[in-house]
Amino acid sequence: MSARLASGADALALGARPGPRINPVAKLGAAVLITGPLILTIDWVSATVALVLVAALLPFAGIGWRQFWLRTLPVWFAAPLAGVSVLLYGRTSGTVYAEWLLVRISDGSIELAVATVLRVLAIGVPAVVLFISIDPTDLADGLAQRLRLPARFVLGALAGFRLVGLFLEDWRSLELARRARGIADRGRLRRFASMAFSLLVLSIRRGSKLAVGMEARAFGGPAPRTWARRSPFGRREIALLIIGAIISSTALTVAILTGNWSFIGAR
Amino acid sequence: MLLLGASGAGKSTLLHGMAGLLGGADEGDTRGELLIDGVPAAGLRGRAGLLLQDPDAQIVLARVGDDVAFGPENLGIPRAEIWPLVVEALDAVGLELSLDHSTSQLSGGQKQRLALAGILAMRPGLVLLDEPTANLDPDGVREVVAAVERMLSRTGATLVVVEHRVSTWLPIISRVVVLEAGGGVLADGDPDTVLTARADALSEAGVWVPGRLPQFAPLAPSRPYEVLRGTDLSVGRGATVIQSGLELTLPRGAALCVTGPNGAGKSTLALSLGGLTSPLRGAVEVSRDLAVRGERRPSRWRSRDLITRIGSVFQDPEHQFVAPTVRAELAVGPTAMGVAPADVDARIEPLLDSLRLRGVERANPFTLSGGEKRRLSVATAIASAPSILVLDEPTFGQDARTWAELVILLQDLQRSGTAFVAVTHDQDFVDAVATHRLELALDRAGVGS
Repeated sequence: MSARLASGADALALGARPGPRINPVAKLGAAVLITGPLILTIDWVSATVALVLVAALLPFAGIGWRQFWLRTLPVWFAAPLAGVSVLLYGRTSGTVYAEWLLVRISDGSIELAVATVLRVLAIGVPAVVLFISIDPTDLADGLAQRLRLPARFVLGALAGFRLVGLFLEDWRSLELARRARGIADRGRLRRFASMAFSLLVLSIRRGSKLAVGMEARAFGGPAPRTWARRSPFGRREIALLIIGAIISSTALTVAILTGNWSFIGAR
Repeated sequence: MLLLGASGAGKSTLLHGMAGLLGGADEGDTRGELLIDGVPAAGLRGRAGLLLQDPDAQIVLARVGDDVAFGPENLGIPRAEIWPLVVEALDAVGLELSLDHSTSQLSGGQKQRLALAGILAMRPGLVLLDEPTANLDPDGVREVVAAVERMLSRTGATLVVVEHRVSTWLPIISRVVVLEAGGGVLADGDPDTVLTARADALSEAGVWVPGRLPQFAPLAPSRPYEVLRGTDLSVGRGATVIQSGLELTLPRGAALCVTGPNGAGKSTLALSLGGLTSPLRGAVEVSRDLAVRGERRPSRWRSRDLITRIGSVFQDPEHQFVAPTVRAELAVGPTAMGVAPADVDARIEPLLDSLRLRGVERANPFTLSGGEKRRLSVATAIASAPSILVLDEPTFGQDARTWAELVILLQDLQRSGTAFVAVTHDQDFVDAVATHRLELALDRAGVGS
């Protein structure tokens, strides 16, 4: 009991408990600033510049290499896959090197393929790096306190998010239950549909129970809500946003100056 | 105060009303007045705190401290005042966890205590509990009762609790109110007087009146003929082994009760014995006369062969429902095993009567009461006349009447030669039916007798 009270006094002295190291809203904003402009163009120059800048900043992102490779693994698979399909089916121009049915590998498709691989990496890697360290609760705090999104909406989504894990358990139980009821031998498609419906029913029931539980804790009452956790937004956050803006503007400037800028709708 | 009454008497509705949670005119009719401190309860937030039955429905946030802070935040309490309230509330329920502890890694009892702390942090004058221990194991029940007692002595709040198992709360209760099914109050007074004077009516309504518990004794073990055997069984979640080296046998007409703490692998063992999953190691085998084309391992059978031999009843009946009406639900098994449509009725008619489902045969299974759902899930399993039944927590959250009916039904089945395995926390149930017992420990395998 004394330990509890001591930590209570600490909490009181701090005014609140320490918040996240960097506000998730800033991470979200930086990700949008870096990747947003890169979506508008499909040249290899801007993507390369952005990728080099991101790589140079990686050591300062505060994640271990092991975690970095593990989390970005899907991106490293997705990029070559996207590249290969563009290589085979991309817009033809210049010399044609190989041709088979719809497949046509040409100068144009090679260039597009390279640009695509680089672009998937330039968008995927920074987005993953910025998102992996985001805690959903901190993000909700930031969205509501900094971006002034309605608390009802933000907290409802956050609470609903917790139910996702329960879906997987429900699905497995439904599968086993169908075997226990003697109807798991045939009609795979129909069974899937009926299980999906059952899952929907279960989720709605869970959701409405949770809503009652939240209402019982005075959620949605008339009084203005306070926030137990701070969501600080200071120099660090602004610096992160500026870095994001510098990365994308440098990338775009180099692409335009070297004459490689190509607006996505222009081709 | 303890609030009692038959199911359907409106106990939960009254509790929700006191908590100010009843919907508007579109969700039902309201007459009369419900005042808290002279103010209508509807729309009054934070004065009355309600603890519900399902622990998962009440945890809102991912960290313990944040979750307790949720109520005070909603009441608009300034940040600097919230954290002392949080610490005080966690202390009042005896939950010694760090504020950053994950709420998903708590036991059922801890979750209920956390939910109670979440209510206390709002400093309510009235604490309402709606069968808060129905889904907990015995340790969880003790934890929650102790937490409530501690909380009452500290805060001086008024307590209203709805609960079938009277003895759970008797030590801390000073008044009992019994609601009548048709409306109105049947009795109101101190516990001794009410429980003595109304013992018959209360027992009839499914209340566990102390000293009036239904008396049962396990059937004498009879034929030693073995229908199911588990050899060197290992069970676990994913690839993680929880229990290994389990040996068990189930004679015809026997009742094997599997007990043990949460997380000891009881439910997983039930799935393997029920032929729904393969054990991680070892084998579950049936006697030769139950084999399907020579195959004695139930996990290899087709599901329509399975239901005529081994029936499984899940802990949550809702997972098992696949049809729009009770009647159609009962017909699913017989139809799947190839019974002619004309003969399906002959099978389900007696079940509708013996399990008191006649009145709801056209109702949707999801709309039934807890007791009706349980009876229906058992009925669906025995509709295909299996030789073995596997039940996971069959008596969880059941009132005394449904409890006694289940025991009678299972013992009738035993007399006709059906054997069953029940995974349970309910010691009364074990004492009433078990001819064989298996206790699983958390660390190493127990030994069956």
